[in-house]
Amino acid sequence: MIFRGHIHSVGNDIDTDQIIPARYLGSSDPVALRPGCFFNLIPNFADGVKSGDILVAGDNFGCGSSREHAPIAIKATGISCVVARSFSRIFYRSAINIGLPAIVCPAAVAFAKAGSEMTVDFDRGMVESAGQSAAFAPFGREILSIIAAGGLVPFMAQRLARQGATA
Amino acid sequence: MGFTASEKILARASGRETVSAGETVTCQVDLAMANDMTAPIAIKQFHGAGAKRVFDPEKICIVAGRHMPFRDEAFAKAVGGAGEFCREQGIRHFFANTEGMDHALVPDLGFIRPGMLVCNADSHTCTYGALGAFGVPMGSTDMAYIFAFGETWLRVPETIQVRYSGKPRKYVTSKDYVLGTAGVLGVDGALYKTIEFTGPALESLSVDERFTISNMGIEMGAKASLMTADNKVHDYLASRTNVPYQSFESDPDAEYERKIEINVSDLEPVVSKPHSPANVVPVSEVKGVRVTQVNIGTCTNGRIIDLQQALEILRGHKVASGVRLIVTPATDIIAKEAERLGLLDEFRAVGATVNPPGCGPCAGWHQGVLGKDDVCVATHNRNFPGRMGNPAAQIYLSSPYVAAATAVAGEIVSPEAIVS
Repeated sequence: MIFRGHIHSVGNDIDTDQIIPARYLGSSDPVALRPGCFFNLIPNFADGVKSGDILVAGDNFGCGSSREHAPIAIKATGISCVVARSFSRIFYRSAINIGLPAIVCPAAVAFAKAGSEMTVDFDRGMVESAGQSAAFAPFGREILSIIAAGGLVPFMAQRLARQGATA
Repeated sequence: MGFTASEKILARASGRETVSAGETVTCQVDLAMANDMTAPIAIKQFHGAGAKRVFDPEKICIVAGRHMPFRDEAFAKAVGGAGEFCREQGIRHFFANTEGMDHALVPDLGFIRPGMLVCNADSHTCTYGALGAFGVPMGSTDMAYIFAFGETWLRVPETIQVRYSGKPRKYVTSKDYVLGTAGVLGVDGALYKTIEFTGPALESLSVDERFTISNMGIEMGAKASLMTADNKVHDYLASRTNVPYQSFESDPDAEYERKIEINVSDLEPVVSKPHSPANVVPVSEVKGVRVTQVNIGTCTNGRIIDLQQALEILRGHKVASGVRLIVTPATDIIAKEAERLGLLDEFRAVGATVNPPGCGPCAGWHQGVLGKDDVCVATHNRNFPGRMGNPAAQIYLSSPYVAAATAVAGEIVSPEAIVS
Protein backbone atom coordinates (compact mmCIF):
# COMPACT_ATOMS: atom_id res chain seq x y z
CA MET A 1 0.00 0.00 0.00
CA ILE A 2 1.51 3.32 -1.13
CA PHE A 3 -0.06 6.78 -0.80
CA ARG A 4 1.27 9.65 -2.88
CA GLY A 5 -0.08 13.19 -2.86
CA HIS A 6 0.49 16.81 -2.02
CA ILE A 7 1.01 17.91 1.54
CA HIS A 8 -1.57 19.95 3.47
CA SER A 9 -0.23 21.10 6.77
CA VAL A 10 -1.70 22.10 10.16
CA GLY A 11 -0.11 22.93 13.53
CA ASN A 12 -0.10 21.56 17.07
CA ASP A 13 -3.05 20.58 19.30
CA ILE A 14 -5.64 20.79 16.53
CA ASP A 15 -8.75 19.58 18.35
CA THR A 16 -11.79 17.94 16.82
CA ASP A 17 -13.88 21.13 17.20
CA GLN A 18 -11.45 22.73 14.77
CA ILE A 19 -11.49 19.70 12.48
CA ILE A 20 -15.30 19.73 12.30
CA PRO A 21 -17.33 22.37 14.19
CA ALA A 22 -20.43 21.34 16.13
CA ARG A 23 -22.91 22.80 13.66
CA TYR A 24 -22.00 20.07 11.15
CA LEU A 25 -22.62 17.21 13.56
CA GLY A 26 -26.30 16.71 12.75
CA SER A 27 -25.20 14.19 10.14
CA SER A 28 -22.43 11.61 9.90
CA ASP A 29 -22.74 11.46 6.11
CA PRO A 30 -19.29 12.12 4.58
CA VAL A 31 -20.82 14.26 1.83
CA ALA A 32 -22.45 16.54 4.41
CA LEU A 33 -19.30 16.69 6.57
CA ARG A 34 -16.86 17.43 3.72
CA PRO A 35 -17.48 21.22 3.47
CA GLY A 36 -17.17 21.55 7.27
CA CYS A 37 -13.69 20.07 7.45
CA PHE A 38 -11.35 22.64 9.08
CA PHE A 39 -14.15 25.19 8.51
CA ASN A 40 -12.85 27.67 11.09
CA LEU A 41 -9.16 27.04 10.43
CA ILE A 42 -8.70 26.78 6.64
CA PRO A 43 -11.59 28.20 4.59
CA ASN A 44 -12.70 25.89 1.76
CA PHE A 45 -10.14 23.27 2.77
CA ALA A 46 -11.90 20.47 0.87
CA ASP A 47 -11.80 22.39 -2.43
CA GLY A 48 -8.00 22.46 -2.32
CA VAL A 49 -7.59 18.72 -1.74
CA LYS A 50 -6.91 16.35 -4.63
CA SER A 51 -7.80 12.74 -3.92
CA GLY A 52 -4.80 11.03 -2.34
CA ASP A 53 -3.30 14.15 -0.75
CA ILE A 54 -1.66 13.81 2.65
CA LEU A 55 -2.35 15.79 5.82
CA VAL A 56 0.69 16.59 7.98
CA ALA A 57 0.12 17.75 11.57
CA GLY A 58 2.10 18.60 14.69
CA ASP A 59 1.61 17.29 18.22
CA ASN A 60 -1.58 15.86 19.71
CA PHE A 61 -3.60 15.94 16.50
CA GLY A 62 -7.32 15.32 17.04
CA CYS A 63 -7.44 16.11 20.76
CA GLY A 64 -10.67 17.06 22.53
CA SER A 65 -14.11 15.67 21.73
CA SER A 66 -14.39 12.01 20.69
CA ARG A 67 -16.55 12.86 17.66
CA GLU A 68 -15.81 10.39 14.88
CA HIS A 69 -17.16 12.98 12.47
CA ALA A 70 -13.60 14.40 12.57
CA PRO A 71 -11.74 11.56 10.80
CA ILE A 72 -14.81 10.96 8.59
CA ALA A 73 -14.71 14.62 7.47
CA ILE A 74 -10.97 14.50 6.72
CA LYS A 75 -11.35 11.30 4.72
CA ALA A 76 -14.33 12.82 2.87
CA THR A 77 -12.13 15.61 1.50
CA GLY A 78 -9.95 13.05 -0.29
CA ILE A 79 -7.06 13.03 2.20
CA SER A 80 -5.55 9.53 2.07
CA CYS A 81 -3.66 9.48 5.37
CA VAL A 82 -2.50 11.70 8.24
CA VAL A 83 1.15 11.98 9.29
CA ALA A 84 1.71 13.67 12.67
CA ARG A 85 4.23 14.12 15.45
CA SER A 86 1.62 12.61 17.79
CA PHE A 87 -2.11 11.91 17.89
CA SER A 88 -4.72 12.02 20.62
CA ARG A 89 -5.59 8.39 21.29
CA ILE A 90 -9.33 8.58 20.52
CA PHE A 91 -8.70 10.19 17.12
CA TYR A 92 -5.88 7.75 16.36
CA ARG A 93 -8.05 4.69 16.95
CA SER A 94 -11.08 6.15 15.18
CA ALA A 95 -9.09 7.21 12.10
CA ILE A 96 -7.65 3.73 11.67
CA ASN A 97 -11.06 2.18 12.37
CA ILE A 98 -12.71 4.10 9.53
CA GLY A 99 -9.85 3.45 7.09
CA LEU A 100 -7.90 6.71 7.39
CA PRO A 101 -4.36 5.56 8.27
CA ALA A 102 -2.67 7.63 10.99
CA ILE A 103 1.12 7.59 10.99
CA VAL A 104 3.36 8.81 13.81
CA CYS A 105 6.54 10.16 12.22
CA PRO A 106 8.08 13.26 13.81
CA ALA A 107 11.02 13.24 11.38
CA ALA A 108 8.71 13.44 8.37
CA VAL A 109 6.74 16.28 9.96
CA ALA A 110 10.04 18.15 10.32
CA PHE A 111 10.92 17.94 6.61
CA ALA A 112 7.39 18.17 5.18
CA LYS A 113 6.66 21.37 3.22
CA ALA A 114 3.06 22.31 2.43
CA GLY A 115 2.38 21.86 -1.26
CA SER A 116 5.27 19.44 -1.85
CA GLU A 117 4.64 15.86 -2.82
CA MET A 118 4.87 13.14 -0.17
CA THR A 119 4.91 9.37 -0.42
CA VAL A 120 3.86 7.09 2.42
CA ASP A 121 4.97 3.53 1.76
CA PHE A 122 3.32 1.10 4.17
CA ASP A 123 5.19 -1.91 2.85
CA ARG A 124 8.56 -0.36 3.61
CA GLY A 125 7.37 1.73 6.57
CA MET A 126 8.81 4.91 5.03
CA VAL A 127 7.69 8.48 4.48
CA GLU A 128 9.45 10.42 1.69
CA SER A 129 9.28 13.98 0.45
CA ALA A 130 11.60 16.24 -1.58
CA GLY A 131 14.52 13.84 -1.42
CA GLN A 132 14.28 13.20 2.31
CA SER A 133 12.94 10.10 3.97
CA ALA A 134 12.13 8.77 7.42
CA ALA A 135 10.99 5.45 8.82
CA PHE A 136 7.84 5.32 10.91
CA ALA A 137 7.23 3.04 13.86
CA PRO A 138 5.53 -0.20 12.85
CA PHE A 139 1.91 -0.71 13.87
CA GLY A 140 0.99 -3.22 16.59
CA ARG A 141 -0.63 -6.53 15.70
CA GLU A 142 -4.19 -5.38 16.55
CA ILE A 143 -3.93 -2.27 14.39
CA LEU A 144 -2.29 -4.11 11.51
CA SER A 145 -5.10 -6.62 11.36
CA ILE A 146 -7.68 -3.78 11.29
CA ILE A 147 -5.78 -1.97 8.52
CA ALA A 148 -5.39 -5.26 6.59
CA ALA A 149 -9.16 -5.80 6.74
CA GLY A 150 -9.79 -2.27 5.42
CA GLY A 151 -11.07 -0.86 8.70
CA LEU A 152 -12.86 -2.04 11.82
CA VAL A 153 -16.27 -2.54 10.16
CA PRO A 154 -14.96 -5.08 7.62
CA PHE A 155 -12.87 -6.60 10.43
CA MET A 156 -16.07 -7.00 12.45
CA ALA A 157 -17.85 -8.49 9.44
CA GLN A 158 -15.08 -11.07 9.08
CA ARG A 159 -15.32 -12.04 12.73
CA LEU A 160 -19.12 -12.29 12.53
CA ALA A 161 -18.79 -14.45 9.41
CA ARG A 162 -16.36 -16.77 11.22
CA GLN A 163 -18.77 -17.00 14.17
CA GLY A 164 -21.65 -17.69 11.76
CA ALA A 165 -19.63 -20.44 10.11
CA THR A 166 -18.99 -22.17 13.41
CA ALA A 167 -22.42 -21.56 14.97
CA MET B 1 7.94 -4.38 41.59
CA GLY B 2 4.28 -3.79 42.38
CA PHE B 3 1.43 -2.93 40.04
CA THR B 4 -0.56 0.22 39.40
CA ALA B 5 -4.33 0.29 39.82
CA SER B 6 -4.63 0.54 36.02
CA GLU B 7 -2.58 -2.62 35.58
CA LYS B 8 -4.70 -4.44 38.16
CA ILE B 9 -8.04 -3.39 36.64
CA LEU B 10 -6.92 -4.27 33.12
CA ALA B 11 -5.54 -7.63 34.33
CA ARG B 12 -8.95 -8.41 35.81
CA ALA B 13 -10.77 -7.22 32.68
CA SER B 14 -8.52 -9.29 30.40
CA GLY B 15 -8.67 -12.40 32.56
CA ARG B 16 -4.92 -12.37 33.15
CA GLU B 17 -2.99 -12.87 36.36
CA THR B 18 -0.97 -9.71 35.77
CA VAL B 19 -0.43 -7.20 32.98
CA SER B 20 2.20 -4.47 32.69
CA ALA B 21 2.28 -1.02 31.11
CA GLY B 22 3.04 -1.21 27.40
CA GLU B 23 1.31 -4.55 26.78
CA THR B 24 -1.76 -4.69 24.55
CA VAL B 25 -4.60 -6.78 25.96
CA THR B 26 -8.12 -7.75 24.94
CA CYS B 27 -10.51 -6.69 27.69
CA GLN B 28 -14.11 -7.56 28.52
CA VAL B 29 -16.07 -4.33 28.89
CA ASP B 30 -18.31 -4.03 31.97
CA LEU B 31 -20.37 -1.10 30.68
CA ALA B 32 -20.54 0.21 27.10
CA MET B 33 -22.00 3.66 26.52
CA ALA B 34 -22.71 6.21 23.80
CA ASN B 35 -24.63 9.48 23.54
CA ASP B 36 -26.87 11.46 21.20
CA MET B 37 -23.95 12.45 18.99
CA THR B 38 -21.90 9.25 19.01
CA ALA B 39 -24.53 6.48 19.25
CA PRO B 40 -25.97 7.08 15.75
CA ILE B 41 -22.58 6.38 14.11
CA ALA B 42 -21.98 3.36 16.36
CA ILE B 43 -25.37 1.92 15.39
CA LYS B 44 -24.74 2.57 11.69
CA GLN B 45 -21.39 0.75 11.90
CA PHE B 46 -22.94 -2.10 13.94
CA HIS B 47 -25.48 -2.70 11.19
CA GLY B 48 -22.90 -2.03 8.46
CA ALA B 49 -20.80 -4.92 9.73
CA GLY B 50 -23.84 -7.19 9.63
CA ALA B 51 -24.14 -7.55 13.42
CA LYS B 52 -27.56 -8.68 14.59
CA ARG B 53 -27.54 -8.74 18.42
CA VAL B 54 -25.62 -6.78 21.03
CA PHE B 55 -23.39 -8.80 23.37
CA ASP B 56 -25.46 -8.04 26.48
CA PRO B 57 -28.27 -5.44 26.56
CA GLU B 58 -27.86 -5.05 30.33
CA LYS B 59 -24.28 -3.83 29.88
CA ILE B 60 -25.15 -1.09 27.41
CA CYS B 61 -26.38 2.38 28.32
CA ILE B 62 -27.22 5.14 25.86
CA VAL B 63 -27.70 8.66 27.18
CA ALA B 64 -29.13 10.54 24.21
CA GLY B 65 -30.84 13.45 25.95
CA ARG B 66 -27.75 15.57 26.50
CA HIS B 67 -29.11 18.18 24.13
CA MET B 68 -32.82 17.82 24.85
CA PRO B 69 -34.91 19.67 23.67
CA PHE B 70 -33.45 18.87 20.26
CA ARG B 71 -32.45 21.74 18.04
CA ASP B 72 -33.19 20.38 14.55
CA GLU B 73 -34.73 17.59 12.52
CA ALA B 74 -31.53 15.69 11.83
CA PHE B 75 -30.72 15.53 15.52
CA ALA B 76 -34.23 14.46 16.52
CA LYS B 77 -34.14 11.76 13.85
CA ALA B 78 -30.73 10.48 15.02
CA VAL B 79 -31.91 10.23 18.62
CA GLY B 80 -35.12 8.55 17.47
CA GLY B 81 -33.00 5.99 15.62
CA ALA B 82 -30.97 5.32 18.76
CA GLY B 83 -34.20 4.73 20.69
CA GLU B 84 -35.40 2.29 18.04
CA PHE B 85 -32.11 0.39 18.27
CA CYS B 86 -32.45 0.13 22.04
CA ARG B 87 -36.02 -1.20 21.77
CA GLU B 88 -35.01 -3.79 19.14
CA GLN B 89 -32.03 -4.91 21.19
CA GLY B 90 -33.76 -4.91 24.56
CA ILE B 91 -31.47 -2.17 25.96
CA ARG B 92 -33.35 -0.80 28.97
CA HIS B 93 -30.87 1.90 29.87
CA PHE B 94 -31.80 4.44 27.22
CA PHE B 95 -32.22 8.02 28.42
CA ALA B 96 -33.35 10.62 25.91
CA ASN B 97 -35.83 12.72 27.79
CA THR B 98 -35.09 15.08 30.69
CA GLU B 99 -32.54 12.85 32.47
CA GLY B 100 -29.57 15.01 31.49
CA MET B 101 -25.99 14.20 30.63
CA ASP B 102 -24.24 10.87 31.12
CA HIS B 103 -21.14 11.72 33.15
CA ALA B 104 -23.21 13.13 35.99
CA LEU B 105 -26.14 10.75 35.49
CA VAL B 106 -24.68 7.25 35.44
CA PRO B 107 -22.61 7.59 38.65
CA ASP B 108 -25.72 8.93 40.38
CA LEU B 109 -27.74 5.93 39.15
CA GLY B 110 -25.18 3.58 40.70
CA PHE B 111 -24.03 2.22 37.33
CA ILE B 112 -20.36 3.02 37.99
CA ARG B 113 -18.48 0.99 40.59
CA PRO B 114 -14.81 0.70 41.56
CA GLY B 115 -12.76 -1.71 39.44
CA MET B 116 -15.09 -1.60 36.43
CA LEU B 117 -13.92 -1.12 32.86
CA VAL B 118 -16.31 1.42 31.34
CA CYS B 119 -16.01 2.36 27.68
CA ASN B 120 -18.05 5.30 26.46
CA ALA B 121 -18.02 6.98 23.07
CA ASP B 122 -17.29 10.31 24.71
CA SER B 123 -14.06 11.99 25.66
CA HIS B 124 -15.03 12.77 29.27
CA THR B 125 -15.44 9.10 30.20
CA CYS B 126 -12.43 9.61 32.46
CA THR B 127 -14.88 11.22 34.94
CA TYR B 128 -15.70 7.74 36.33
CA GLY B 129 -12.17 7.48 37.72
CA ALA B 130 -13.33 9.42 40.78
CA LEU B 131 -15.14 6.22 41.81
CA GLY B 132 -12.12 4.00 41.08
CA ALA B 133 -13.48 2.81 37.73
CA PHE B 134 -11.31 2.69 34.62
CA GLY B 135 -13.29 4.87 32.20
CA VAL B 136 -11.90 4.93 28.67
CA PRO B 137 -13.19 7.20 25.93
CA MET B 138 -13.63 5.62 22.51
CA GLY B 139 -14.84 6.54 19.06
CA SER B 140 -18.14 5.30 17.66
CA THR B 141 -16.75 2.49 15.49
CA ASP B 142 -14.85 1.08 18.45
CA MET B 143 -18.16 1.22 20.32
CA ALA B 144 -19.93 -0.67 17.51
CA TYR B 145 -17.37 -3.44 17.95
CA ILE B 146 -17.92 -3.46 21.72
CA PHE B 147 -21.71 -3.53 21.23
CA ALA B 148 -21.25 -6.66 19.09
CA PHE B 149 -18.58 -8.55 21.02
CA GLY B 150 -18.35 -6.98 24.47
CA GLU B 151 -14.61 -6.62 24.19
CA THR B 152 -11.92 -4.27 22.94
CA TRP B 153 -8.14 -4.06 22.68
CA LEU B 154 -6.35 -1.68 25.02
CA ARG B 155 -2.73 -0.81 25.51
CA VAL B 156 -2.00 -0.91 29.25
CA PRO B 157 -1.04 2.69 30.07
CA GLU B 158 1.82 4.01 32.13
CA THR B 159 0.70 6.04 35.15
CA ILE B 160 1.44 9.62 36.16
CA GLN B 161 0.76 10.36 39.81
CA VAL B 162 -0.60 13.78 40.77
CA ARG B 163 -0.54 14.31 44.53
CA TYR B 164 -2.43 17.19 46.13
CA SER B 165 -1.24 18.28 49.57
CA GLY B 166 -1.93 21.26 51.81
CA LYS B 167 -5.12 23.14 52.64
CA PRO B 168 -6.78 25.42 50.11
CA ARG B 169 -7.61 28.98 50.97
CA LYS B 170 -11.23 30.11 50.68
CA TYR B 171 -12.56 30.16 47.08
CA VAL B 172 -9.90 27.74 45.80
CA THR B 173 -11.77 24.65 44.59
CA SER B 174 -11.09 21.32 42.98
CA LYS B 175 -11.51 23.11 39.62
CA ASP B 176 -8.50 25.26 40.48
CA TYR B 177 -6.57 22.11 41.42
CA VAL B 178 -7.22 20.47 38.07
CA LEU B 179 -6.74 23.61 35.96
CA GLY B 180 -3.48 24.14 37.84
CA THR B 181 -2.52 20.57 36.96
CA ALA B 182 -3.36 21.13 33.28
CA GLY B 183 -1.11 24.19 33.43
CA VAL B 184 1.75 21.95 34.60
CA LEU B 185 1.13 18.95 32.33
CA GLY B 186 -0.09 20.74 29.19
CA VAL B 187 -2.79 19.44 26.83
CA ASP B 188 -0.79 16.36 25.87
CA GLY B 189 1.33 15.80 28.98
CA ALA B 190 -0.57 12.64 29.87
CA LEU B 191 -1.18 11.38 26.32
CA TYR B 192 -1.97 7.61 26.41
CA LYS B 193 -1.37 7.54 30.20
CA THR B 194 -3.44 7.16 33.32
CA ILE B 195 -3.39 10.10 35.70
CA GLU B 196 -3.74 8.82 39.24
CA PHE B 197 -4.88 11.58 41.59
CA THR B 198 -4.03 11.18 45.25
CA GLY B 199 -2.96 12.98 48.41
CA PRO B 200 -4.53 14.44 51.55
CA ALA B 201 -6.06 17.45 49.77
CA LEU B 202 -7.85 15.08 47.38
CA GLU B 203 -9.10 12.92 50.25
CA SER B 204 -10.68 15.91 51.94
CA LEU B 205 -12.80 16.65 48.87
CA SER B 206 -16.34 15.31 48.49
CA VAL B 207 -17.01 12.78 45.74
CA ASP B 208 -18.78 15.45 43.67
CA GLU B 209 -15.78 17.75 43.96
CA ARG B 210 -13.53 14.88 42.85
CA PHE B 211 -15.58 14.38 39.66
CA THR B 212 -14.45 17.88 38.61
CA ILE B 213 -10.85 16.68 38.73
CA SER B 214 -11.24 13.25 37.11
CA ASN B 215 -13.38 14.84 34.39
CA MET B 216 -10.50 16.91 33.06
CA GLY B 217 -7.93 14.10 32.67
CA ILE B 218 -8.68 14.07 28.94
CA GLU B 219 -7.73 17.76 28.70
CA MET B 220 -4.19 16.57 29.46
CA GLY B 221 -4.51 13.74 26.92
CA ALA B 222 -5.08 11.01 29.51
CA LYS B 223 -6.60 7.66 28.65
CA ALA B 224 -8.07 7.44 32.14
CA SER B 225 -8.19 9.29 35.44
CA LEU B 226 -8.06 7.17 38.57
CA MET B 227 -8.59 7.74 42.28
CA THR B 228 -8.62 5.19 45.09
CA ALA B 229 -12.10 4.34 46.33
CA ASP B 230 -12.09 5.42 49.98
CA ASN B 231 -14.88 5.54 52.57
CA LYS B 232 -16.45 8.58 50.93
CA VAL B 233 -16.79 6.58 47.71
CA HIS B 234 -18.14 3.54 49.55
CA ASP B 235 -20.70 5.79 51.29
CA TYR B 236 -21.62 7.40 47.96
CA LEU B 237 -22.24 3.97 46.46
CA ALA B 238 -24.06 2.51 49.47
CA SER B 239 -27.22 4.48 48.69
CA ARG B 240 -26.95 3.92 44.93
CA THR B 241 -26.15 0.28 44.27
CA ASN B 242 -26.21 -3.10 45.97
CA VAL B 243 -24.03 -4.77 43.32
CA PRO B 244 -20.82 -6.01 44.96
CA TYR B 245 -17.56 -4.60 43.67
CA GLN B 246 -13.82 -4.93 44.13
CA SER B 247 -11.64 -1.84 44.56
CA PHE B 248 -8.08 -1.75 43.29
CA GLU B 249 -5.27 0.49 44.40
CA SER B 250 -1.69 0.89 43.30
CA ASP B 251 0.95 -0.99 45.27
CA PRO B 252 3.36 1.21 47.26
CA ASP B 253 6.19 0.03 45.00
CA ALA B 254 4.25 0.42 41.73
CA GLU B 255 6.15 2.09 38.93
CA TYR B 256 5.09 5.63 38.02
CA GLU B 257 6.29 7.35 34.91
CA ARG B 258 6.23 10.70 36.64
CA LYS B 259 5.14 12.13 39.98
CA ILE B 260 3.81 15.65 40.38
CA GLU B 261 3.21 17.26 43.76
CA ILE B 262 0.87 20.23 44.00
CA ASN B 263 0.52 22.03 47.31
CA VAL B 264 -2.96 23.50 47.11
CA SER B 265 -2.13 26.00 49.87
CA ASP B 266 -0.10 27.83 47.23
CA LEU B 267 -2.96 28.05 44.73
CA GLU B 268 -5.12 31.05 44.08
CA PRO B 269 -8.27 30.99 41.92
CA VAL B 270 -7.20 30.50 38.30
CA VAL B 271 -8.64 30.61 34.80
CA SER B 272 -7.67 28.95 31.52
CA LYS B 273 -7.32 31.73 28.98
CA PRO B 274 -8.35 31.34 25.33
CA HIS B 275 -7.79 29.01 23.51
CA SER B 276 -6.45 26.11 25.55
CA PRO B 277 -7.35 24.46 28.86
CA ALA B 278 -3.63 24.44 29.68
CA ASN B 279 -3.30 28.21 29.24
CA VAL B 280 -3.70 28.72 33.00
CA VAL B 281 -3.09 31.99 34.88
CA PRO B 282 -4.18 33.38 38.25
CA VAL B 283 -7.43 35.37 38.10
CA SER B 284 -5.47 38.45 39.18
CA GLU B 285 -3.61 38.36 35.86
CA VAL B 286 -6.78 38.73 33.76
CA LYS B 287 -8.69 40.94 36.16
CA GLY B 288 -10.87 43.47 34.36
CA VAL B 289 -11.50 41.52 31.14
CA ARG B 290 -15.08 42.46 30.15
CA VAL B 291 -17.44 39.55 29.50
CA THR B 292 -20.75 39.10 27.71
CA GLN B 293 -21.71 35.65 28.97
CA VAL B 294 -21.10 33.42 31.99
CA ASN B 295 -21.98 29.72 31.97
CA ILE B 296 -22.32 27.53 35.04
CA GLY B 297 -22.83 23.82 34.47
CA THR B 298 -21.53 20.78 32.52
CA CYS B 299 -20.04 17.43 33.51
CA THR B 300 -17.20 19.38 35.12
CA ASN B 301 -19.18 21.75 37.35
CA GLY B 302 -22.90 21.13 36.97
CA ARG B 303 -23.59 19.46 40.33
CA ILE B 304 -25.28 20.73 43.50
CA ILE B 305 -22.10 21.91 45.19
CA ASP B 306 -21.21 23.94 42.10
CA LEU B 307 -24.60 25.65 42.10
CA GLN B 308 -24.28 26.33 45.83
CA GLN B 309 -20.81 27.82 45.45
CA ALA B 310 -22.01 30.09 42.65
CA LEU B 311 -24.90 31.30 44.80
CA GLU B 312 -22.57 32.00 47.74
CA ILE B 313 -21.24 34.79 45.55
CA LEU B 314 -24.41 35.78 43.70
CA ARG B 315 -26.69 36.09 46.73
CA GLY B 316 -27.53 39.72 47.40
CA HIS B 317 -26.28 40.84 43.99
CA LYS B 318 -27.59 41.06 40.43
CA VAL B 319 -26.07 39.86 37.20
CA ALA B 320 -24.31 42.83 35.61
CA SER B 321 -26.03 44.67 32.81
CA GLY B 322 -24.88 43.36 29.43
CA VAL B 323 -24.03 39.91 30.79
CA ARG B 324 -26.01 36.71 30.21
CA LEU B 325 -25.68 34.24 33.07
CA ILE B 326 -26.71 30.74 31.94
CA VAL B 327 -27.07 27.96 34.51
CA THR B 328 -27.39 24.35 33.36
CA PRO B 329 -27.80 21.59 35.97
CA ALA B 330 -26.10 18.48 34.55
CA THR B 331 -28.99 16.10 35.25
CA ASP B 332 -32.64 16.07 36.19
CA ILE B 333 -31.74 14.52 39.55
CA ILE B 334 -29.53 17.55 40.24
CA ALA B 335 -32.12 20.01 38.87
CA LYS B 336 -34.85 18.56 41.10
CA GLU B 337 -32.61 18.69 44.16
CA ALA B 338 -31.63 22.27 43.28
CA GLU B 339 -35.32 23.12 42.90
CA ARG B 340 -36.09 21.55 46.27
CA LEU B 341 -33.32 23.57 47.91
CA GLY B 342 -34.60 26.73 46.24
CA LEU B 343 -31.36 27.23 44.31
CA LEU B 344 -32.94 27.59 40.88
CA ASP B 345 -35.32 30.29 42.13
CA GLU B 346 -32.35 32.11 43.60
CA PHE B 347 -30.54 31.98 40.27
CA ARG B 348 -33.62 33.33 38.49
CA ALA B 349 -33.96 36.08 41.09
CA VAL B 350 -30.45 37.39 40.45
CA GLY B 351 -31.12 37.47 36.71
CA ALA B 352 -29.84 34.11 35.47
CA THR B 353 -31.40 31.95 32.78
CA VAL B 354 -31.84 28.35 33.93
CA ASN B 355 -31.54 25.78 31.15
CA PRO B 356 -33.09 22.33 31.19
CA PRO B 357 -30.69 19.60 32.40
CA GLY B 358 -27.93 18.48 30.05
CA CYS B 359 -24.75 19.75 28.43
CA GLY B 360 -26.15 23.22 27.75
CA PRO B 361 -24.00 25.43 25.52
CA CYS B 362 -20.67 23.68 26.27
CA ALA B 363 -20.18 22.20 22.81
CA GLY B 364 -21.70 25.12 20.92
CA TRP B 365 -24.82 23.25 19.85
CA HIS B 366 -27.58 25.31 21.42
CA GLN B 367 -28.73 27.26 24.48
CA GLY B 368 -25.95 29.84 24.45
CA VAL B 369 -23.86 29.73 21.26
CA LEU B 370 -21.27 32.53 21.09
CA GLY B 371 -20.85 35.16 18.37
CA LYS B 372 -17.52 36.55 17.25
CA ASP B 373 -17.39 39.43 19.74
CA ASP B 374 -18.47 37.38 22.74
CA VAL B 375 -16.26 36.86 25.77
CA CYS B 376 -17.42 34.05 28.03
CA VAL B 377 -16.34 32.73 31.40
CA ALA B 378 -17.50 29.12 31.72
CA THR B 379 -17.18 26.36 34.28
CA HIS B 380 -16.66 23.98 31.33
CA ASN B 381 -13.66 21.80 30.55
CA ARG B 382 -12.45 23.04 27.17
CA ASN B 383 -12.04 26.35 25.35
CA PHE B 384 -10.59 25.44 21.97
CA PRO B 385 -11.23 27.95 19.15
CA GLY B 386 -14.82 27.70 17.97
CA ARG B 387 -15.81 25.32 20.76
CA MET B 388 -18.93 27.33 21.63
CA GLY B 389 -19.62 28.93 18.27
CA ASN B 390 -17.58 31.55 16.44
CA PRO B 391 -13.82 30.80 16.51
CA ALA B 392 -13.06 34.43 17.44
CA ALA B 393 -15.16 34.18 20.62
CA GLN B 394 -13.03 34.19 23.76
CA ILE B 395 -13.68 31.43 26.32
CA TYR B 396 -12.15 31.45 29.80
CA LEU B 397 -12.52 28.34 32.01
CA SER B 398 -12.98 28.79 35.75
CA SER B 399 -14.55 27.53 38.97
CA PRO B 400 -18.18 28.37 39.81
CA TYR B 401 -16.93 30.96 42.35
CA VAL B 402 -14.94 32.89 39.75
CA ALA B 403 -17.72 32.52 37.16
CA ALA B 404 -20.32 33.90 39.58
CA ALA B 405 -18.12 36.79 40.68
CA THR B 406 -17.51 37.66 37.02
CA ALA B 407 -21.25 37.60 36.29
CA VAL B 408 -21.82 40.17 39.05
CA ALA B 409 -18.92 42.44 38.08
CA GLY B 410 -19.33 42.14 34.31
CA GLU B 411 -15.59 41.58 34.13
CA ILE B 412 -13.26 38.89 35.40
CA VAL B 413 -12.68 39.36 39.14
CA SER B 414 -11.73 37.25 42.10
CA PRO B 415 -14.59 36.09 44.34
CA GLU B 416 -13.23 38.15 47.24
CA ALA B 417 -13.83 41.33 45.26
CA ILE B 418 -17.57 40.66 45.30
CA VAL B 419 -17.95 39.20 48.76
CA SER B 420 -15.96 41.78 50.69
